[in-house]
Amino acid sequence: MKTYDAIVIGSGHNGLTNAAFLAKAGLDVLCVEKNDYIGGASVSRNLHKDWIYSNCSYVCSLLRPEIFRSLELHRHGLQITPYGGSTTFLENGDYYGSYWDAEVSYRERARFSKHDADAYNRYSTDTMRQCRFIRDFLLRTPPDPTSFKPKDIRELILLGRKFMDMGEDRMYETIRFWTMSVAEYLDEYFETDVIKTALSGSGIIGTALGIHSPGTAYVLLHHYMGEVDGNAGAWGFARGGMGAVAKSIAGAFQGYGGELRTDAGVEKIVVKNGKVKGVALTSGEEIDARVVVSNMDVKRTFINCMDESDLDPEFYHRVKNFKSRGSSGKLNIALNGLPTFPALPKGSSLMFSDMHFIDSMERMERAYDDWKDGTWSKDPYVDMLIPTLVDPTMAPPGKHFMSCFVQYCPPQIEGRRWKDEEREAFGKTVIDQIAKHSPDFKSLIEHVEIRTPQDIEDQIGITEGNIFHGELTMDQLLFNRPVPGYAQYRAPVAGLYMCGSSTHPGGGVMAAPGANAAREILFDLNRHNTVPENFGDD
Amino acid sequence: MSVQQVDQGRLQSPFYPRYKALDRLDTWHTWKGYTSADALFDGELEYFAIRNSCAVFDLTPMTKYRITGPDSLDYIDRLVTRDMRKIAAGRVAYAVWCNDQGQVIDDGTIFHLRDGEYRLCSQERHLAWLTAAAIGFNVTIKEETADIAALAVQGPTSYSVMKNLGLKGIENMKPFGLMHFDFQGSEIMVSRTGFTGDLGYELWLEPGKALDLWDALFEAGKLHGITAMGTHALEQARIEAGYLAAYEEFLPADETIRTGRSRSPFELGLDWLVDFKKPNFNGRRALAEEKLNGSTWRLVKLDIEGNKPAHHSYVYAKPRKNKKEIGFITSAAWSPICKQNIALGSVRMPHGKVGDSVWVEVYYQREMHWSKVMAEAKVVDKPFWFPPRRGATPPGPY
Ligand SMILES: Cc1cc2nc3c(=O)[nH]c(=O)nc-3n(C[C@H](O)[C@H](O)[C@H](O)COP(=O)(O)OP(=O)(O)OC[C@H]3O[C@@H](n4cnc5c(N)ncnc54)[C@H](O)[C@@H]3O)c2cc1C
Repeated sequence: MKTYDAIVIGSGHNGLTNAAFLAKAGLDVLCVEKNDYIGGASVSRNLHKDWIYSNCSYVCSLLRPEIFRSLELHRHGLQITPYGGSTTFLENGDYYGSYWDAEVSYRERARFSKHDADAYNRYSTDTMRQCRFIRDFLLRTPPDPTSFKPKDIRELILLGRKFMDMGEDRMYETIRFWTMSVAEYLDEYFETDVIKTALSGSGIIGTALGIHSPGTAYVLLHHYMGEVDGNAGAWGFARGGMGAVAKSIAGAFQGYGGELRTDAGVEKIVVKNGKVKGVALTSGEEIDARVVVSNMDVKRTFINCMDESDLDPEFYHRVKNFKSRGSSGKLNIALNGLPTFPALPKGSSLMFSDMHFIDSMERMERAYDDWKDGTWSKDPYVDMLIPTLVDPTMAPPGKHFMSCFVQYCPPQIEGRRWKDEEREAFGKTVIDQIAKHSPDFKSLIEHVEIRTPQDIEDQIGITEGNIFHGELTMDQLLFNRPVPGYAQYRAPVAGLYMCGSSTHPGGGVMAAPGANAAREILFDLNRHNTVPENFGDD
Repeated sequence: MSVQQVDQGRLQSPFYPRYKALDRLDTWHTWKGYTSADALFDGELEYFAIRNSCAVFDLTPMTKYRITGPDSLDYIDRLVTRDMRKIAAGRVAYAVWCNDQGQVIDDGTIFHLRDGEYRLCSQERHLAWLTAAAIGFNVTIKEETADIAALAVQGPTSYSVMKNLGLKGIENMKPFGLMHFDFQGSEIMVSRTGFTGDLGYELWLEPGKALDLWDALFEAGKLHGITAMGTHALEQARIEAGYLAAYEEFLPADETIRTGRSRSPFELGLDWLVDFKKPNFNGRRALAEEKLNGSTWRLVKLDIEGNKPAHHSYVYAKPRKNKKEIGFITSAAWSPICKQNIALGSVRMPHGKVGDSVWVEVYYQREMHWSKVMAEAKVVDKPFWFPPRRGATPPGPY
């Protein structure tokens, strides 16, 4: 029977990225995916007539340009189109918008507070400074602070030097920044509730924490450190939906001679004498490989797909305690036409922006309270976009696809599985909230896909449906991600590696974990490195 | 609630209709959200109006704050590095203000309008910071950019124009003085200030009277060569005068992302603005330390050989072999009035002492092809252009 050089479990964008760089180095690589479609959370699905849904992730910004370029993803059909702005609808019938144009945005903020309009510059400078610090480490393997290997020491020195380079005051700022809440952070700059609210959303998206919870300021950064064509902080749409990202990487992978199998779920990672031997599929088939790489989250990898006896107890416990709480749901809606938002002026560019329907910090925190109580937010933070205003390929002409990301939504209701009527009620909550600001919205709805974290877990196997494969808090970042001592993509079993979003630098459609893991694997196999270095920015 | 929408395009200053009427070139840019002309009929001729007759520039988009209240003097004195107690009502002070680290946030002019009432005029916007710095002071800070229209009237015949405008007593106004006058029933403030290094005035008034003032001014200047100008001419004059521009000679400290990209007043040649004899001021501790330990950068005024403007050039210690890069040019121009190749630059200490020679690598393009020369540059002390008329009181008719 054939033995592969490497098997990658899961065709999420990180699994595919990993597989692509391994295949590019000349390895014989097989990628196995349990579903009959690829992409994991970076996926386009045709679930209703001629509509295509980005039914998990919906916007693209974090995808490392170095990887895009190195895998020549444009040759495999990937096109990212930037979009602009954001809108927060106020309860009083007004709205607060932010625009592409800095001056127009300034005027809009000044409409609420001249103080805040001016404060924004310092806020964005300070935030960008933090982004620059962390961005340099996205395509690097975190150093092991306890190791004395020259490579680790070199990386630690680099980390230390970048940190020292900030200067004394900014070092203090940075340490505070990494642990403070997004609400506290925003309070340092702004006085207007709705401006703070609009900015705070990025601190809690995908996170089982509230705006007042420590650590949420960093999460904000995670949403700002992306870029589109060098425009830091910009977000874009993948033409054809987020599945285009996975599809293009798969194209690159297959172009390098890689083999992709769908409908091939892994039941167990097979270990023999402390060394990985291959995988056993749910169908009973066993496939051998010298290296196995898991794109699954760290809990699913070690707790669901391995024998406890193959793992050290301490490691096992750490994995068990890894925080990966589900907190986000999603509605994907097929619309018969474009809904109107009477608060917005006719022809406003804000129609193209991401829209939110919650206008105070108080409401943001209340939304979290519901999640803590084991139910969905009755007044949720929704991040809504209509990609078809930009992308002509996702719905028939004149029709639209609306993507609604919903924070907060629990993985279980009061500790048990969701009932169908609860899922419906969750969907209705979101639709009602939007309809308050768009009277014709409901009448345009043709089809809705409602996804709870439980559905996400059932379908793509992310534990609790946590969008980042584990929370992005300081205790789970850098050399602590996923667990201390195992941040360098190697599992405690020889030949077994991790490449999913549970590893550094975390979730989002970034492709960095997959690429970093490939670099380490190729190093161990003494192969030529195919993974690009970051572009850098002095 | 009616549908709200802020202006989506460039704003128009109250003087816009007059500018537009004179505009032949149709070349505009955005200045703090306002549309602002690069030049109206010929940038060079507009420049020569500054040096030869009288040129008018719309500076309404300048950021303006009104500072009032019982503690206004103490507050401003605490804010800036120079001693504001020496600036009596009716006087104007050029000043810089710093963050806690002694790095320049911005420069600007502070008009002591009346006892305890000030206007601060700056390039950038600072309401959030000005408010934060007001802690413990009984002051009111009001942003009034759009509430005050302003014109600069600059050049040798500007005094004659002011007199023709009927401003009684203007002959006694010294540089950095200000006075209030009646203009058609409303108040106009006139200061002897400007950004050109020449004799000149700035006029400030409510926007409703802007067009009337413009018309009266151009009537008064009819026989004195009065000319409207755009930013191109002003920028040329600004460099000749050796004035700093934000985002050219320095970056506002609170908007720099990279460490070491901001500047202290010492590093901008503004030692004369830092007064350690006055009570505490923002950045004092850091600046005292810098004074003791030395600065990293020095702003230099350079007189460069040849005639090719040294835009964006590197500055070297030596022309060849181990030439050692010591800094870069921040603003450069060929000075038509001095017939000199001039520039401002930022170099590392201890280089760039007055009288030193440094070397500037100048790239220039002729018919598609690029060439470069290594040009010697002398570090000079005084502004490149400083005519006696600038300080004369009363000024002559010229
Ligand atoms: C609702 C939602 C919205 C999001 N929105 C955005 C966004 O707008 N922008 C953004 O950048 N990020 C977003 N994210 C986060 C981002 O999508 C994910 O962090 C990222 O896609 C994870 O990629 P991955 O490759 O690490 O893992 P995944 O995409 O989770 O891939 C894992 C793959 O493994 C497969 N698999 C699981 N178990 C097995 C098994 N036993 N055998 C074989 N295969 C298996 C799964 O089917 C899946 O294909 C969102 C996530 C969600 C869930």
